[in-house]
Amino acid sequence: MSELKKVIMLGNEAIARGAYEAGVKVSAAYPGTPSTEISEYLVQYKDALYCEWSPNEKVAAEVAIGASVAGVRSMCCMKHVGFNVAADPAYTVSYMGVNAGMVFVVADDPGLYSSQNEQDTRMVARAAALPVLEPSDSSEAKEYMKMAFELSERFDRPFILRTTTRLAHSQGLVKLYERTEPSDRPYVKDIRKTVMMPVNAKPRHVEIEKRNRELAEAADTLPVNRVEMKSTDIGIITSGIPYQYVKEALPEASVLKLGMVNPLPRKLIQDFASKVRKLYVVEELEPVIEEQVKSWGIPVTGKEIFTIQGEYSANMLRESILGEKLMIKEPEKAPVRPPVLCPGCPHRSVYHVLNKLKLHAAGDIGCYTLGAVAPLNVVDTTICMGASISSLHGMEKAKGKDYVKNWVAVIGDSTFLHTGVNSLMNMMYNKASGTVIILDNSTTGMTGHQDHAATGKTLQGEPTYAIDIPSLCRALGVKHVTEVNAFDIETLEKVVKEETARDEVSVIITKTSCVLLSKGKKPLYAVHEDKCKKCGMCMKPGCPAMTRNGDGTVHIDDTMCTGCGLCADLCKFGVIELVKEEDR
Amino acid sequence: MAVKNIMIVGVGGQGTLLTSRILGGLAILGGYDVKLSEVHGMAQRGGSVVTFVRYGGAVAEPIVEEGQADVIIAFERLEALRYAHFLKEDGVLIINDWRIDPMPVVIGAAEYPENIIENLKEIYKVYTVNATEEAKKLGNSRVFNLIVLGIAAQHMDFSKEQWYSVIENTVPQKTIEINKKAFDVGYEL
Repeated sequence: MSELKKVIMLGNEAIARGAYEAGVKVSAAYPGTPSTEISEYLVQYKDALYCEWSPNEKVAAEVAIGASVAGVRSMCCMKHVGFNVAADPAYTVSYMGVNAGMVFVVADDPGLYSSQNEQDTRMVARAAALPVLEPSDSSEAKEYMKMAFELSERFDRPFILRTTTRLAHSQGLVKLYERTEPSDRPYVKDIRKTVMMPVNAKPRHVEIEKRNRELAEAADTLPVNRVEMKSTDIGIITSGIPYQYVKEALPEASVLKLGMVNPLPRKLIQDFASKVRKLYVVEELEPVIEEQVKSWGIPVTGKEIFTIQGEYSANMLRESILGEKLMIKEPEKAPVRPPVLCPGCPHRSVYHVLNKLKLHAAGDIGCYTLGAVAPLNVVDTTICMGASISSLHGMEKAKGKDYVKNWVAVIGDSTFLHTGVNSLMNMMYNKASGTVIILDNSTTGMTGHQDHAATGKTLQGEPTYAIDIPSLCRALGVKHVTEVNAFDIETLEKVVKEETARDEVSVIITKTSCVLLSKGKKPLYAVHEDKCKKCGMCMKPGCPAMTRNGDGTVHIDDTMCTGCGLCADLCKFGVIELVKEEDR
Repeated sequence: MAVKNIMIVGVGGQGTLLTSRILGGLAILGGYDVKLSEVHGMAQRGGSVVTFVRYGGAVAEPIVEEGQADVIIAFERLEALRYAHFLKEDGVLIINDWRIDPMPVVIGAAEYPENIIENLKEIYKVYTVNATEEAKKLGNSRVFNLIVLGIAAQHMDFSKEQWYSVIENTVPQKTIEINKKAFDVGYEL
């Protein structure tokens, strides 16, 4: 295999490169931090492979399974909660095994940088009996991808490549190699392996248990698990990013670095444990390795001294293992800076109206979750993708039609197509009433602007059929579908009042593009600060471009304003005006 | 070489990712091992954002921890205050003298601290510039981060030519000249 060159790559970029070098031919994904960039980097190899945004992770997984059955190497990528959506096919493809290699890339988020929970994919993998590789830097991310495909085919198991936010969003040096494209595997019809009805699934369950045992035995000698013997005073079993913290904090300790975290190499662990005086397991999130090691009667220290929450660090290990007292200065007192809706965000305008009408909102997953906090305070619930519409439905069934006249569901366009559409179908079928507001900003916003089934463009950049969301709602039977410009607050207020008063299902679509989509020079507003009455009306929606001067008058930061004009609409005294081009 | 620890702190959307990419490119040009850690996703939406860059002989963890930073590049005053304790004893803090109110300040639930720079100067080695105003003079307020980088360059191990070459390879083609000019402004301060 000829080596090309050494470059610096984001973990996610390295995964994409690994897939390319491994000869992957089909990839499907739904965006989700911290997994999104894998597909965005993969698309540069579109001459050699096919990649797509699917409407959700279940669909993506099934696309990859189909490709594997057809005989080409395939993958699907998602964040940890997306793997819940894909759980149905994942648990069963585990029984089926593969024709050509298949890999689920699943990204966990210890520390909840951009997620609604901190679940550990290794637990799900154990439940589904799926083997898991876990790299600890960009270089390994690329090589493990290739290894995952080889092992997938050798042991007839779909594999998971598990990453975490820190790995996915760290850059490190990577050696590039040429792509090796294995020839397609012939499809030979064998329903005992591909039709998972009870008569076939029963023997498959026996078969996959056998395969997993073989894999566990092989794991004792696979180079992906390695022992770094140094001082025998302290021995550490670790994997993934925590391995780096161990190397940093305890350079003299002996380390068993696990590249495969399911199934575990029992003999290798027993052997390592017998050689060191004090044994620790250092793993972020759940005690997945630790509990198995303990179940084998090996004394080991783990979550007794380490947390199951958040990310680890070298300093944390210095304190907890070495008992070092670190001389660290106290941080200065500084007001927190939580994430906020961008200046010019169309969601702010909608939330301003909902706030004014004192409505509650069943929320969903996206930038608009930020409408839960002050000063907008609109969103009451955020659970998972699509839950806004179905939970509103549940409220109506619990408390009646009048109760939900004080509520709306808010959901983004991409989230609506992901799973929200099922929930709307349910409202129509089960004679619901209630108002759904689809905040259509023509993109998947929070994850950094990915196309979806209604944008008219594929991941590979080709123009395509764009699903018309209003028509889709009407096709489901919704009689009242209204489109409003998010910044037309007068009309929006009128429409929201009318629609929430109904005893039927209604959908309001606030169609205004994400402000970050247009890259050109934007209009700019300014306050005539000498005439400002300091009433604070314009500050109510909480635009981050607006601040108070020392004397209480309002100032607009000209480097942040995007010219949406919401503040000018709200100013009763007309002292906020568009800045003329010649005055800029 | 001992590992050098750099942090870039600021407000999501200020261009910390571009800056870290330039530093990463430099480390490679210098023949070092290098790791960077970035923030994507929700925190990027106007939140407090920190990026770590580590380069040297061999780099293990991709993050810089408290008390370890050689250089902190702060794109905003309050963020300088928030992360200053990450500096090591003789570390250098470079601050863009610019204020962006966080939401608790915008809505009046908290106060933006007074005299941040003066107070930090009593404890740390601090260099400041109003890079946003300087960048506006160059005709594009967004290139302020290159001005700040120019100052940081005075405390790092790379030649001006190396900086130029990485800037040329990192920023969009159309903006190479203005970014180099911005870098010069900081480099000569």
